Amino acid sequence: MEVTKIENVTRVFKIGQVETPALRGVSFSIEDGEFTALVGPSGSGKTTLLQLIGCLDQPTSGQVFVKGQDVSRLTRNQRADMRRGTIGFVFQFFALIPTLTAYENIEMPLLLDSHTHQERRERVMYLLEAVGLADRAHHRPDQLSGGEQQRVAVARALAPNPVLILADEPTANLDTANGAQVMEIMTRLNEETGVTFVFATHDPRVIKYARRVITLRDGLIVENNSAGKKG
Amino acid sequence: MIQLYKMAWRDLGRNRRRTFFSMLALAFGVALLLFMASFIAGEMRGSLQTSIKLQSGHLQVRAASYDEDKTSLAWEDLVENPDALAAQIASRSDVQVATPRLYATGIVVARDTSTGVRVMGIDPASAASAPFRDGMVGGDYLAADDRGGLLMGQTLANKLRLASGDTVRLLVNTSNGDVDQQDFVIRGIYSTGTPGYDENTIFLPLSKAQTIARAENHASAIFILLKDQDQVESVAAVLQGPAYQVKTYLELNPLLVEFEQYANAMMYVFYLIVLGITATVIVNTLIMSVFERTREIGILSAMGMRGGRIMAMFFAESSLLAVGGIVMGMVLGSLVSAYVQRYGFFVGDFGITGILVGERIYTYLTLNDIVALSIVAFIVTLLGALYPAWLAAKMEPVEALHGGK
Repeated sequence: MEVTKIENVTRVFKIGQVETPALRGVSFSIEDGEFTALVGPSGSGKTTLLQLIGCLDQPTSGQVFVKGQDVSRLTRNQRADMRRGTIGFVFQFFALIPTLTAYENIEMPLLLDSHTHQERRERVMYLLEAVGLADRAHHRPDQLSGGEQQRVAVARALAPNPVLILADEPTANLDTANGAQVMEIMTRLNEETGVTFVFATHDPRVIKYARRVITLRDGLIVENNSAGKKG
Repeated sequence: MIQLYKMAWRDLGRNRRRTFFSMLALAFGVALLLFMASFIAGEMRGSLQTSIKLQSGHLQVRAASYDEDKTSLAWEDLVENPDALAAQIASRSDVQVATPRLYATGIVVARDTSTGVRVMGIDPASAASAPFRDGMVGGDYLAADDRGGLLMGQTLANKLRLASGDTVRLLVNTSNGDVDQQDFVIRGIYSTGTPGYDENTIFLPLSKAQTIARAENHASAIFILLKDQDQVESVAAVLQGPAYQVKTYLELNPLLVEFEQYANAMMYVFYLIVLGITATVIVNTLIMSVFERTREIGILSAMGMRGGRIMAMFFAESSLLAVGGIVMGMVLGSLVSAYVQRYGFFVGDFGITGILVGERIYTYLTLNDIVALSIVAFIVTLLGALYPAWLAAKMEPVEALHGGK
């Protein structure tokens, strides 16, 4: 089953009078349970594509489907509702709320929906265990290493049981060992939970974890095949 | 909701100094307004009580045709046989004291200086005359049968450079429209602590006042003090009769009542001005907070937080700032008000025509003022958060994610 489908999508950014095309007619679909890398050099359109799939942005033309629903023309609140519980994000800059503990950061998306305290607690503790941070539950981000923060971010993305997790350069700010650890966790969670992962990267050490690689250049898909680590 | 406030609390804790000074700005505003409100309430209350004690009483019974503005001494405008009427009224269980008084206008001449005064004939022995008896600062108090002495206020005595024992000439309007005059010895100098009153009022024993004003066995009014001020309307209704007019202290102090209403209305304008200024500090704090946390707003938005909830987050912060500032302001304002309530605030001879203002004003803090000010301050502070909250809510998640630190 398709988790997301992109049909002839373009995205043009206009700064002043200057129009800059970030995507110039992109089409592909991603099936349930995939572990897919979007690769390409800086400015190739990877992040823009993730933002469109993640309902953070809207295409200039073309259509984006998530779970079969066209999300291209949704209102702000409709897009927020679509993101909530359906799509999880992992960002390059860790993106934790600095005033909240690891536990509270993971709990945050659950608070946006009607989960009981007990449900939230069980879910958060399960995810802290899953990313190996059960003993760091009550530490705040500034008390965690970069690798630990990114693992919390992965756990937070998984908290509401989304169908899709989008990760934008998840290891870019990590050293090799921590980057590998984060990728190992993402791979394992993909296999254990079946949640679909799509991540953008240009790091060859990360690409090898992907079971499918979509290569972008200058806003176009230049290669779309299964590569890297075979699942 | 709890999580919202937990986050708001911690967000305020990120920059404690800024949060403290924002609260302090609100606290100073609230304290200032609380003090002003208690000051005005104290002044109004003090002036009213002073007027009741010295001038109007709780009630006055007058002849039906008496016109206060003319200080009429015509017999048909006066109460005849006032002692009997006063005794009858005083026999009521709800009346503390009832005593006849005669009001006349006059001129005091001392050496080459003269000044207009209000001449009041009183029963020196009456409990209603206690403020004058207790306020003696020089010489002797009047005796009921004193035919050649008067009491003069300290302010007037100082103005005319007179002392007890000095002689002055008193010219008094009479009931037949003439002016009579007589030399009087200043038997004593009194002070009621109300310079405006002391400067204008001369006391004579009632019988002497009646004689010089040619108003024998007549009085301008029966001055009545009740045991319970709240009973004034019911007692007035009982005393009302065809031959008399009964005036309550509210009717006898119209300017004071109007001034109080005006002052209360002005206080709300002050509330809005001062709180508007303090709200700009809150607005500034929250706008800085929005810009510092742009990326976090983007993260929360990416998680699916709707704009309304993002706004609620900033309203939560604003409400915490408001509560902190209001509590601090209430404590500060109450302490200052309590001090002035105890020791008073010296204003000297602060004259307002028609209103008796004491040398010291004592604040009077009411629960009504505390509650009203708290509510207004809270609402104004929340309104101040409207723009920053809207600013945060309208951020596009993509731009917000790339906009912060």
